[in-house]
Amino acid sequence: MTGFRTVLRTGFRHGVHPAEEKGLTSHLPIRRMPYPAELILPLRQHAGKPAKLCVKVGDIVERGDKIAEADGYMSVPIHASAAGTVVGVELWPHPDGSMAEAVRIEVAQYAPHVPRPRLVPHWEGLTAEQVVKAVQEAGVVGLGGAAFPTHVKLAPPKEFPVHTLIINGAECEPYLTSDHRTMVEYPERVHFGVRVMMHAIGVRRCVIGVERNKPDAIEALRRTMPTDLDVTILPLTVKYPQGAEKMLIHAVTGVEVASGKLPVTAGVVVQNVGSVAAIAEVFETGLPLVERIVTISGHGLRKPANLIVPVGARLRDVLAFCDGVTPDAAEVIVGGPMMGLAQANLDAPVVKGTSGVVVLEKSETRSAKVYPCVHCGKCVDACPVFLNPSLLGDLARVQQYEKMAALHLADCMLCGSCAYVCPSNIPLAQLFQASKVALRRATAAVA
Amino acid sequence: MNADKLVVTASPHVRSADSTPRIMWHVVGSLVPVILAAAWFFGVSALLQVATAVLVSLLTERTTGKGGAIADGSATITGILLGLSLPAGFPLWMTALGAAFAIVFGKQVWGGLGQNAFNPALVGRAFLQGAFPVAITTWPSAGGGFFTLRGDLFALPFARPQPYAETSATPLGLLKFEGEGTPLGNLVIGNTGGSLGETAALVILAGGIYLAWRGYLNWRIPVSVIATVAAVSAVVRLLDASAPDPWFMVFSGGLMLGAVYMATDIVTAPITNAGRWIFGAGIGILVVVIRLWGGLAEGVMYAILFMNALTPFINRATQPRVFGTRLRTAT
Repeated sequence: MTGFRTVLRTGFRHGVHPAEEKGLTSHLPIRRMPYPAELILPLRQHAGKPAKLCVKVGDIVERGDKIAEADGYMSVPIHASAAGTVVGVELWPHPDGSMAEAVRIEVAQYAPHVPRPRLVPHWEGLTAEQVVKAVQEAGVVGLGGAAFPTHVKLAPPKEFPVHTLIINGAECEPYLTSDHRTMVEYPERVHFGVRVMMHAIGVRRCVIGVERNKPDAIEALRRTMPTDLDVTILPLTVKYPQGAEKMLIHAVTGVEVASGKLPVTAGVVVQNVGSVAAIAEVFETGLPLVERIVTISGHGLRKPANLIVPVGARLRDVLAFCDGVTPDAAEVIVGGPMMGLAQANLDAPVVKGTSGVVVLEKSETRSAKVYPCVHCGKCVDACPVFLNPSLLGDLARVQQYEKMAALHLADCMLCGSCAYVCPSNIPLAQLFQASKVALRRATAAVA
Repeated sequence: MNADKLVVTASPHVRSADSTPRIMWHVVGSLVPVILAAAWFFGVSALLQVATAVLVSLLTERTTGKGGAIADGSATITGILLGLSLPAGFPLWMTALGAAFAIVFGKQVWGGLGQNAFNPALVGRAFLQGAFPVAITTWPSAGGGFFTLRGDLFALPFARPQPYAETSATPLGLLKFEGEGTPLGNLVIGNTGGSLGETAALVILAGGIYLAWRGYLNWRIPVSVIATVAAVSAVVRLLDASAPDPWFMVFSGGLMLGAVYMATDIVTAPITNAGRWIFGAGIGILVVVIRLWGGLAEGVMYAILFMNALTPFINRATQPRVFGTRLRTAT
């Protein structure tokens, strides 16, 4: 596992080139959004077990107070992102499309800023285990979208020695620029977060991968490079999905993570650059994760922006702060347009995993007209994990899920490249997601 | 629930501008110069052939297909390609019959667009070849006035066809049955006897390059077909000096039209790039074999149809290796 080809290999095969649309916000400095009147904090904002509620209606909370405890190791706590009063614990629209239990907080408009003891300890002198514990207590999750608890990745199983920490600054989703702006504006914070993470994992080497369309980010990170750490800034091919974990690892190390295996089996840990900056921030400020940087963009939005948004701000309030949507706006997506989720209800809040809110105009949305598969093979040439989406799509239509499993459906990461290029407009990613769910149900029924 | 009147679609929420109808209509557009070239050589008869084939294809699609299916452009392509594969003087009622056969038995009985195993235009032509072997091998000469009607266009159905004077053999026929060559220049420009689309190699090539540049045609197939024909016939010529030279083999007959427009039919060609190379090579070999040693002067049609039949097997044998696996996966 030593043969690095970091210079030669800076991309992966296949993939697609959707219109980047990053110019709407890539030049805009990060601004802070004021607190809305009300915050919605779902108890499930991360992969793993939802947090356990620890406040009740009527409780008064300060910014950073824990409102829900981590429920076991694969879970993180949730903290109040503003001072206020708990006015409800109820089912509320979640950006994933479900109704989920959430804490509703009425924000105190004139809360005096009282000095308080740090909620997150200083990191100096902490052992690796203490750092991991502090990161969990601070409620940090992967901010790239999947919201996997960060502390779990900082404590990889002992049987797999990790040789490299890879920081994902690819940000390959169209429109999104929050990671880009983070790297441009807070490069020292990124490097500080890298330092903390390298200490926690006990790894000597770090590679930060950034797509070549962000030269200012690459320059900023190189300018502020710490002299005492082995950190490399690696410019990457501009292609979707360059930021997919396995694609990024391949680009950095030249190694393919084995099918069905975790990245750690290839000796690497991948962290999103936003999460790195978030870890740095919680150790700097002593405050848990209560806000995040979100790109609010799209042609259907009047004033696109990169915003620091308190976790729990309703989409409606966030869009209103950006001067609202245009009359032609039709679809609101949380995340990027390739893998994000279209929203049916703008009362859903920004959660920890919300990297962007994109408003598409009517003309930009997918049409409902679907043609039969003409077997043109564009999807085969697009799939970054070399599946045959055309064949899988045919099988999904006739519900041959076991056959799909044998054809490595599990390796599909739902990146949507196939559905993006499909000239017949077949919703392949949707079919595959449904097939995965059906397979999981079938397996559960047998077990 | 949806008080904000929002559109909600599954991800990805954006897609590339290419759509199936758009690809099909671009193919149609790129065939227009080929039709015009045919009209240049064979006059109004060429236009009548193509128009009849297209019209009947569309009517058949309309009556047998799902609503709106003619808008996807695929029936238009079938009609044009069938028309171009026929001699200028082919009786139009036969053309109409062939077009109807092409749509019904080449496409609809399989389940419509995208489901057929064989190129519909070639299915139609194979039917005509079987049903009317004399008419389909009676080639009027190129040249003559634009409005001169060639052959027996308006023969009544099932009437005994009138023999007509101005005919000529195709370059391949000349070679095979008379042992006579044709100058390469005439072949490339198209100033020879033959079916409508057999004659304008350069125009067809230009259309193919345009489509490949737009990404609507996979260049591997025509390159593989043409390179294989050239290579195999070069080897044959090394062994037997009386065999035709590779240039003749590439530019004569229906090879260009077949390689560029028929073998590349996305529905009936393999889906993997490795498969496309194999598919093209198979066609190339079969073309040379049929032309040099078979009973027919021209073999492009059967070569493509035969390889169409092998497409599922080629697909299965050339599945890409899934990321993170060492072994190739089987279907």
